[in-house]
Amino acid sequence: MTQLTPVLTKNWDLPNSFTLDGYGEYAAAKQALTMDPDAIIQMVKDSGLRGRGGAGFPTGMKWGFIPQNDGKPHYLVVNADESEPGTCKDIPLMLANPHALVEGVIITSYAIRANYAFIYVRGEVLHVIRRVQAAVREAYEKGYLGTNVFGSGYDLEVVVHSGAGAYICGEETALLDSLEGYRGQPRLKPPFPAVAGLYACPTVVNNVESIASVPSIVTNGADWFAGMGTEKSKGFGIFSLSGHVTRPGQYEAPLGITLRELIDMAGGIREGHELKFWTPGGSSTPIFTAEHLDVPLDFESVGAKGSMLGTRALQIFDETTCVVRAVLRWMEFYAHESCGKCTPCREGTYWLKQVLKRLDKGQGTEEDLATIIDVSDNILGRSFCALADGAVSPVYSSVKYFREEYLKHFEIGGCPFDRAASTVWGKA
Amino acid sequence: MTYSPEVRERLETDAKEIIGRYPRPRSALLPLLHLVQSEDGYVSDDGQEFCAEMLGLSKAEVVGVATFYTMYKRKPSGEYNVGVCINSLCAIMGGDQIWDELTEHVGVGHDETTTDGKITLERLECNAACDFAPVMMVNWEFFDNQNPESAKQLVEDLRAGKEVAPTRGPGRLCTFKEASRVLAGFPDGLAGEGPAASGPSLQGLKIAKANGWEAPVSDR
Ligand SMILES: Cc1cc2nc3c(=O)[nH]c(=O)nc-3n(C[C@H](O)[C@H](O)[C@H](O)COP(=O)(O)O)c2cc1C
Ligand code: SF4
Ligand code: FES
Repeated sequence: MTQLTPVLTKNWDLPNSFTLDGYGEYAAAKQALTMDPDAIIQMVKDSGLRGRGGAGFPTGMKWGFIPQNDGKPHYLVVNADESEPGTCKDIPLMLANPHALVEGVIITSYAIRANYAFIYVRGEVLHVIRRVQAAVREAYEKGYLGTNVFGSGYDLEVVVHSGAGAYICGEETALLDSLEGYRGQPRLKPPFPAVAGLYACPTVVNNVESIASVPSIVTNGADWFAGMGTEKSKGFGIFSLSGHVTRPGQYEAPLGITLRELIDMAGGIREGHELKFWTPGGSSTPIFTAEHLDVPLDFESVGAKGSMLGTRALQIFDETTCVVRAVLRWMEFYAHESCGKCTPCREGTYWLKQVLKRLDKGQGTEEDLATIIDVSDNILGRSFCALADGAVSPVYSSVKYFREEYLKHFEIGGCPFDRAASTVWGKA
Repeated sequence: MTYSPEVRERLETDAKEIIGRYPRPRSALLPLLHLVQSEDGYVSDDGQEFCAEMLGLSKAEVVGVATFYTMYKRKPSGEYNVGVCINSLCAIMGGDQIWDELTEHVGVGHDETTTDGKITLERLECNAACDFAPVMMVNWEFFDNQNPESAKQLVEDLRAGKEVAPTRGPGRLCTFKEASRVLAGFPDGLAGEGPAASGPSLQGLKIAKANGWEAPVSDR
């Protein structure tokens, strides 16, 4: 059986884990600043670390795209916008262990030759922002940030920037526009941020967990990291279990662990119930069912089964849950969060929401089922950014696995489920 | 109403500090709008004018940005911004019922404020706390694992002026204006309060410890 591997979560049970006393002295950053920056990039390449923000792009390779000796300032931007429904790992990580992030920021900035870094935190998490602000301040006071970091001659400024409520700002180019003081709308790629990012300068955008993993790689070595996980999905990651499990929470494990193993550790599906459907990586990743309990949760295996590892946001729903209702609520979210820049997404999510509402109420027809697939076909791959592709994932996958349930709604002219039974306090 | 000279001077001092953090001034716009909310409780007309002046932008440019982001309130809102997560997971775990009972109890709907100016209710999207579902937020502090009764009690306590504490946050709740000031980048000294992690955040670690599981030791 796969065992858990606490690294980033290891100190979370210390009452002062969010302070330097509870974290330690930035030994990895000190060591890194004595190294050749290119050697750090190589080390992260060798470790096999892939982006923890959803897409799984190799982190070291991304850093390697930053042009050198180009005479332009370089920037590191940490994506701490965590807003994908189901995703809830970066927030507790920054609350309990913000110094792992700040230390990772130092190492990464040094490696990509940046003297300015930004941590863009979603605005709706006040205490998390306080903790990150405090960690940055503590690091400044210790001489870990600012001019002449650790007496190495390297300078680094770090700014904690609060967002203001917009899911789309998690998309890296929208985030950059937002950070420049504009509406957060995605940019055309190419050019990629590595070439023309913040203020049109070479920029690395990485997820919180990706950056926070870097100090452990510097300390323990690329082989150590690569020794965990699967062949192409190396290392550990935080798996977030929520919903109808006995003990929801954060489980840090090697990539490739299965949902069966995780649910087992979490005390099983809540008592008297059984698994119906789940998301492997947030609402934008096609849903899975009980037949996928043994799929290794790594990028390749989840992809081969038609979904995506995403952010390891495992939202678990038992048999009391109406899948149409879940999909409708996700669609309301996407329609609300569509930035409006392109027509298929802006109009399409709106229409999907309307039709799903009808279906949920049992007022739809079999034709409506064809309609939502048709509308989805007109959104998928025809929109400007990945928000739209994510929006149609739950539609396709729910119709694929639960067509009968949609039909049942209009057979009986309403929802066949008792909502009370799904609640935490509902007894079934 | 325009800002009095004293308020204006204070805001300008803060604004300059914010602008000074960034390589380019316009990057300060989001924090400046949070600053305006810390003064006025919403993005007032004067406040947007102020941002425009400080950054050398047109007012229309500022309004265009302010209206894009949901955290910027377009009208005066309550001292306590009470949100209920109604994204799928929380909704199903009970958030829908909480919302229904709470709006009924308080007598206002989404983005509406009670006549005493205390409470604004809001339907929220996922707040990255799904393992604590159903989740509520007050002035962007976590109120985890709620139910209809606890939600109504919470609002009653807020209206009665009783002290309430978030589940993962400081020992006392800030007002919306105070919270906005932290978002503008002016710490309030409360970072050290509250737990490092609690409940679900510690589940995996607890199990690992009980089983003696650790990440492999490196051979370095
Ligand atoms: C709509 C949308 C929302 C996103 N939200 C986030 C987010 O909140 N956090 C994040 O790290 N990445 C998010 N991403 C992915 C980012 O665009 C980007 O791939 C990521 O930050 C890169 O970091 P990584 O390589 O370390 O994963 C989002 C993407 C899309 C399309
Ligand atoms: S796909 Fe949607 S979110 Fe992305 S740019 Fe187009 S309208 Fe905006
Ligand atoms: S769905 Fe409510 S916090 Fe994530």
